[in-house]
Amino acid sequence: MSELPPFQTLIDEHAGDVMAVCRGAVGRGDADDCFQETFIAALRAYPKLRDAGNLRGWLITIAHRKAIDHHRARGRRAVPVAEVAEVAVSDPEPGGDVWAVVGALPPKQRAAVTLRYASDLPHAEIAAALGCSPEAARRSLHEGLKRLRKELA
Amino acid sequence: MKDSLDRLAARASAEGLLDVAYATTDSPFGPLLLATTSKGLVRVGLPNQDADELLVDLAARVSPRVLEAPAQLDEARRELDLYFAGELTEFDLPLDWRLSKDFRRKVLRAIARIPYGQTRSYTEIATRAGNERAVRAAGTACGTNPLPLVVPCHRVLRSGGALGGYGGGVPMKEGLLRLEGVLG
Repeated sequence: MSELPPFQTLIDEHAGDVMAVCRGAVGRGDADDCFQETFIAALRAYPKLRDAGNLRGWLITIAHRKAIDHHRARGRRAVPVAEVAEVAVSDPEPGGDVWAVVGALPPKQRAAVTLRYASDLPHAEIAAALGCSPEAARRSLHEGLKRLRKELA
Repeated sequence: MKDSLDRLAARASAEGLLDVAYATTDSPFGPLLLATTSKGLVRVGLPNQDADELLVDLAARVSPRVLEAPAQLDEARRELDLYFAGELTEFDLPLDWRLSKDFRRKVLRAIARIPYGQTRSYTEIATRAGNERAVRAAGTACGTNPLPLVVPCHRVLRSGGALGGYGGGVPMKEGLLRLEGVLG
């Protein structure tokens, strides 16, 4: 069993990546909440972690789960309205911040794109983080990129 | 990012998830590493000791939940600053003794009672720790003191007055004894 390094090492080496995942997944405004939740959850679980082999992948996976929690909580906070407006949650400007456009993708595509390009995870790890097959992860990534190309063209 | 990390350290502390908080602080001899648990100061690293190695050791022996959280060490840093300025002769900090056991801990507790500006021999310290023949073990306890400066092992000399060794190097031991007025 490999010994766990001081937790500060994880922060020094991976805080930037975790923040990038959070920004991509929940947007700039809520990214810090997602970041805090991720590291607090990691800190809570850390002493019992058995495998220190891929700490970065472990953190990214937690960040992704926290982003999903965030979207669920936001869904629960939804306010009833008389008429549902037919617009995307976020309506990015073409040619604007690419992560704003990513933020407007459907959840699975958004997650796949974020994990691949903000976190540089291989397909197998994206699949693990999303709880789907590598083939499905590849498909989500492909669909997400296709849509991004269209939006940003 | 710095704000986020400060917030994280504060929250980790509030939720009882910060087992070892550390900070570095300047001294006339170079940077010191200070680490504390909820019980008190647990480790002081001297300038010639590798801070990364000390943190890895703390992760293995105390808890891997080791975070840089300078706010938790404000009082220790304040007292050390005053000590190096010659304005403080007795530390008033809670200590966590967990990194020393048995006879070594007894030795360190005996050393902790040596007043500022005074010295003792290894033999005297061994005697006070309850075993006058364990002079060599007393020397080892000094050499492995996890809390140098605060537990003032620099005040322990060889019988006859030779300086003996020091974890932070003999020049630092001399410097400390000069600061305390023992050496001219």
